[in-house]
Amino acid sequence: MSNDLKKLILDDSIYKTRFTKKFELRKPYQPENKNEIRAFIPGIIRDIFVKPGDKVQKGDKLLVLEAMKMKNRIFSPSSGKVKKVFVKSDQKVAKNDLLIELDIEE
Amino acid sequence: MSFASRIMDFFTKKTKVQQVEIAAKEKQEKMGKLSARERIEAILDPGTFHEYDLFVQHQAEDFGMDKKELPRDGVFTGTGKILGFPVCIYAQDFSVAGGSLGLAHARKITKIMDHAMNLGLPLIGINDSGGARIQEGVNSLAGYGEIFYRNTRASGVIPQISVILGPCAGGAVYSPALTDFVFVVDKISKMFITGPEVIKTVLGEEISMEDLGGARVQAEISGNAHFYAESEQECFEQIKKLVTYIPWNNRKKADPFPPKPPKPEKNISNVLPKDNTEPYDVRDIIEAIADDSEFLEVQKYWAANIVIGFIRMNGETVGVVANQPLVMAGVLDVDSSDKAARFIRFCDSFNIPLLTLVDLPGYLPGVDQEHSGVIRHGAKVLYAYSEATVLKMTVILRKAYGGGYIAMCSRHLGADFVFAWPTAEIAVMGPEGAANIIFKKEIESAPNPEDMRKQKVQEYTEKFANPYKAAAAGYIDAVITPEETREYIIHAMQIGSNKHVENPKKKHGIPPF
Repeated sequence: MSNDLKKLILDDSIYKTRFTKKFELRKPYQPENKNEIRAFIPGIIRDIFVKPGDKVQKGDKLLVLEAMKMKNRIFSPSSGKVKKVFVKSDQKVAKNDLLIELDIEE
Repeated sequence: MSFASRIMDFFTKKTKVQQVEIAAKEKQEKMGKLSARERIEAILDPGTFHEYDLFVQHQAEDFGMDKKELPRDGVFTGTGKILGFPVCIYAQDFSVAGGSLGLAHARKITKIMDHAMNLGLPLIGINDSGGARIQEGVNSLAGYGEIFYRNTRASGVIPQISVILGPCAGGAVYSPALTDFVFVVDKISKMFITGPEVIKTVLGEEISMEDLGGARVQAEISGNAHFYAESEQECFEQIKKLVTYIPWNNRKKADPFPPKPPKPEKNISNVLPKDNTEPYDVRDIIEAIADDSEFLEVQKYWAANIVIGFIRMNGETVGVVANQPLVMAGVLDVDSSDKAARFIRFCDSFNIPLLTLVDLPGYLPGVDQEHSGVIRHGAKVLYAYSEATVLKMTVILRKAYGGGYIAMCSRHLGADFVFAWPTAEIAVMGPEGAANIIFKKEIESAPNPEDMRKQKVQEYTEKFANPYKAAAAGYIDAVITPEETREYIIHAMQIGSNKHVENPKKKHGIPPF
C-alpha cells in the first residue's frame, strides 16, 4: 500500500486518503462485446466448425476449447455472420484471447 | 529383564527417535528454518513441553513404506505453557519425509486436538509439510478430513492458532483456514491450493511461489493470514502476546492484567483534523484510550480501511473494531466487511467485549465491488453485530453516514452503550451529497448556483451533521468529549460485566457466508 494521500470522491465530498493495493490494482469495467468470442479459460483449440462468411444461428457450435482435461463446446450467443476466425486447431490460447469475431444481427 | 535393563532399554528407544533431531536441525537450517523442536521450545516457557506419542509409527505397507521408519511419523505433539497459560501444541517436522501427512501423523494431530477440546485449552498448530503422503493414498486424505472436522467442531470452543512455517499447500491449507488466527513469516511461509507448476501447465501463467502465496501476499492481498512477521522469532513473540489477550476457552473470560493508564504522550485531544475530509490514523485514538497504549492489531495489512485488534482497558481485554479514515476514507467494502465480521464473531464466541469506533462515509462504490458481492459481504457485518451477545460499546467519532451508521454497531443492532463525540455527524449522507439532492431545484434555478449550493451545504451541515438529532431520538446515550472516552468505556464495562442476553434457541443461524 502506498502512503501517498489520494482523492476519493464519495457523495460529492472529496476525501484525502490512502488507497489499498487492491483498489489501485482494480480493472476498469469493460462492457461485454457480444461480437467477440473470447477464451473464458486458457486451453487448446481442438475443433473449429466455422469459417469467415458462414451464417450462424444462435446456439450453433463454433469451436471446442479444451481446458482442465475437459472439452468445452463454444456456441454462438446470437444469430449472425462469422466475420473473422483468429485461431487454428491445436493452438494454445490464454484466458480472454479473441477466438472468433461475429457480426451479430441486431 | 531386570529393572535397570528395562530403564536402559527405554532410554535406548527414546534416544533412537531423538537422535534424528540433530540432523533435522541441520536440514532445516539450510532452508533458513528452525527445527520443529526449536520452534516448540521457543514458543513455550522453558522446560514446560511434555511430548506425547513419541513412539507412534505408521502402518503403511505399499510402495516400500513397510521398510521405512519415520521418527514420530513426522510430527511433534504435546502440551506446555506460554507465559503460564496452558496450551496444546503440535509441530510438523519437515525433515521427516518432508513433513508429509499420513494417517498416523494425522491421528497424532487429531489426538492432541481432542485433548485440547476436552481440557478446554488453546491449540497451536505449526505447519511445515510437503502435503499428503502419497504412498498412503486415501488414508492420507482421511487424515486431513479428520483434522478439518475437528477444527470446525472446536471453532468457537477453544482458540485455534495456526503457524505457517514452511510449505502448506493443497488440501493442507484448509486446516489453518478453519482456525482463528494464522501466523506467517516472510520468505518461509508458502500457502496455496495449486502451486506455480500446476498454474503454468494448466493456465500458462508464470508466477513465483512467493508472489503466489508467500507471507506478504497472505497478509496483504488474500487476507488468509492474521499476523505477519519478518522472522520466526518475531512470529513467536506475536503468538505469546496474542495468547495473553484471549481466554483458554469459551466458558472463560480472558485473564485480567494489572490496570495501567495510557501513555501520557498519546494525546486524544488533537487527533481529529479540523476538516472532516482530512484523514487521520484511528490507531492514535485506540492507543490513547488503551491500557499502556498497547494495541495488538490483527490483519494489519489486509483491508486496512478497517482496523481490528485487542487492547486492555482497566486490565480487561477488549476487541476493537474501528473505521480507518487514513485508508480509503474508512469505507466498508467487500474485504473490510469480511475482516470485521469474522473478528466480531471471534470476540463474541470468547466473551471479549466489543468496542466499535465509528468514522466512515459509507460503502465503497464501484462495479467491481457490486459484482464481487458487496451486498452479501456487507451483510456479514450486520449479522455479526446483531448476533453478538457480548457487551457492545460504540463511540461515534466523526462521520456515521447512511448504511455505514447502521452497520457499525448502532443502537439498532443491539449496542449496549452508544456514545458520540461533539464532532459526530450522524446523517443519511454527507452534507455535500445531501444538499445536492435535497436542494437540486433551488441550486439550479438560483442566479448563482455555486453560492446557493454552498449556502445549502452549510444549512444542512448545521442542521444534520452533528450528534444532536440522534441524541434527541435517544439513539445515542451520551455526547462525550474525547478526553472522557476512556472513563466512559471503563464505566460501561464495569456496569455491563454481568450482561446476559441469549439469542433465540436455534440449531444455528444462516449468516451470509
